[in-house]
Amino acid sequence: MKTEDPHKKEETVLKGIPASPGIAIGPVYVYVKHTPVIEERSILPEEVEHELDRLEQAIARSHKELRKILEFAEKKLGEDKVKIFEAQLMFLEDAVLFDAVDARIRGELKNAEFVVQTEIEKYHRIMLASKDEYTHERANDVEDVRNRILRNLQEQRVISRLEGSSVIVSQNLTAPDTVILSRNAVLGYATDIGGITSHTALLSRALKIPAVVGLKTISHQAHDAEQIVLDGYSGEVVLDPSEETVKRFEAKRVRYQEFEARLSGLRDLPAETLDHRRVELSVNVEFEQELDFIKLQGADGIGLYRSEYLIVGKEVFPTEEEQFNQYKLLAETMYPKHVIIRTFDIGGDKVMAQSVKENNPFLGWRGIRVLLDKPELFLEQLRAILRASTRKNVAVMFPMVSNLSEVRRAKKILDQAKHQLRKEGIPFDARLKVGVMIEVPSAAVIAEDLAEEVDFLSIGTNDLIQYVLAVDRGNDVVSSLYQEFNPAVVRFLRRIIDRGKEKGVWVGMCGEMAGDPLATILLLGLGLDEFSVVPNMLPEIKKIIRSVKYSEAQKVAKQVLMLKTEVEIKDLLKSIMQKKFPDIPTD
Amino acid sequence: MIQCEVTIKNRAGLHTRPAATLVKLAAKYKAEFFIEKDGIEINGKSIIGVMTLAAEQGSKLLLRFSGEGEEEACRAMVDLFERGFDEK
Repeated sequence: MKTEDPHKKEETVLKGIPASPGIAIGPVYVYVKHTPVIEERSILPEEVEHELDRLEQAIARSHKELRKILEFAEKKLGEDKVKIFEAQLMFLEDAVLFDAVDARIRGELKNAEFVVQTEIEKYHRIMLASKDEYTHERANDVEDVRNRILRNLQEQRVISRLEGSSVIVSQNLTAPDTVILSRNAVLGYATDIGGITSHTALLSRALKIPAVVGLKTISHQAHDAEQIVLDGYSGEVVLDPSEETVKRFEAKRVRYQEFEARLSGLRDLPAETLDHRRVELSVNVEFEQELDFIKLQGADGIGLYRSEYLIVGKEVFPTEEEQFNQYKLLAETMYPKHVIIRTFDIGGDKVMAQSVKENNPFLGWRGIRVLLDKPELFLEQLRAILRASTRKNVAVMFPMVSNLSEVRRAKKILDQAKHQLRKEGIPFDARLKVGVMIEVPSAAVIAEDLAEEVDFLSIGTNDLIQYVLAVDRGNDVVSSLYQEFNPAVVRFLRRIIDRGKEKGVWVGMCGEMAGDPLATILLLGLGLDEFSVVPNMLPEIKKIIRSVKYSEAQKVAKQVLMLKTEVEIKDLLKSIMQKKFPDIPTD
Repeated sequence: MIQCEVTIKNRAGLHTRPAATLVKLAAKYKAEFFIEKDGIEINGKSIIGVMTLAAEQGSKLLLRFSGEGEEEACRAMVDLFERGFDEK
């Protein structure tokens, strides 16, 4: 993206669909399975019995093979994952089908291969044409069973035992293949075809083998024994990787594995308290590269996308088209989870090459002020966001709002963008949700008025605390005065949350405090609806939320609100955390 | 020959499990058993045939039984459909 190409020239980089998480680094094994070639042969009446005999043996052999695979799968994957194989076995036992095959062999005097092929094809074709996804998938199973019978009729043996550990590359891997090959030391699977719901994907995930599907040409491009890197998180595959590439992926593997260890079990569980208060637990995001990590985590969505990072290091603002592509990628990748895009929050310390030299940038030209002063840029960004909202999982948020008229003006420009797009016939979500950051103290004081204009409020504690306590975090002399648990800050939070909820809007937090385990119970108790945290902290925060009762948290919040010093508040929270969560560090 | 109409109640439709149950039940009776959906008729004792129906929740199926025990078979089959194949 913005860095130089980290891949050397000899490597081949391919992009597919990430099907099963994990990173595999090792030698390629190209797995080739020959589809049986069927020829139509006429047989003599005397040969009929022999033909029927062959068929019976082929069916029996196929049955035995599938039984073996099913038993292996059951042991490795558990009872519920073997449904695929049960279905295939049932097809093999379909008396009506094979009675018909028998009758045709006798009647038409044709060889077993031809009759099996054509008879099963009748059903296969109907299923393939079905609009029902489930039936469509069963078509693959039917074809698989057919090929197995045909292979056995031709007495072809299929290799399933491999030497050493390797990454298996193939045009396609059927369900039985995926399972039976895993008896070997398989590092990963890479296929030309297949999608996220294909058998390869589902089974690889169950087997915990990294996999990438839909690579289109890999079975032709990869060579046996060649080194390969397979990234099941991003879908990237590198053939013949350079040393740096290998190092890069090894480092990524370590990072992700550590994270998964902490996350294990929590990922798919909701952020819900013991007494069933459900809150949103989302993540803050800047770079596109983090997306595969995020999808791994079971976040409820992206609570803050810092769009200004599209500008970092660049001389020129990105065009509407460039922005649209980024926002669309975000929306599509996260779908059906939502994404909240914050409009460019530039100025202050996040400045690009700005000509304006300010004495006091934090109190200066930044956030929504810049956008309102550059309405053409603001309009472009809003157009790009609207265009990316067609799946209805996008929301927009304005930074550094300090008064009501700013919000009204911003909404007018949004309406203008909508009007333009409508005229141009470009689709967008007409009910795009709009929110504001509450980071300037005045916004907190008029929270109820702002809440009447928007759909949600998001508390940006990083700046809010600095403004409220008049402390520059970056200033070592006073940085210890930057206190999340300062009573004034807590009361501000209470006010913002209460006023927002009175007006029927949800209130979230995207500042660092949301990801501070010491603050979780307090924030829960104050009634915060959404926590948008730095991705790394998600497991801990979720764990805390799931281990407490909302009623308890409310009591804690009440207690905290009565305390008059930061030290007392921190002590109270620390003692609670030490008792309930001794292994979560709260410094 | 007797005929009866049923509607599929199961959320996931006639997927593998209920299809297998249906076929197993049909095998108990000597009567011939055909299912018609949208003008297409398949042998109800054939699992692969039942699969091709792609019968989802809400689909209406015509069940036809003819031969020994056709009435009993029909009743048992209709009952199975009504019970949603005993799925949760």
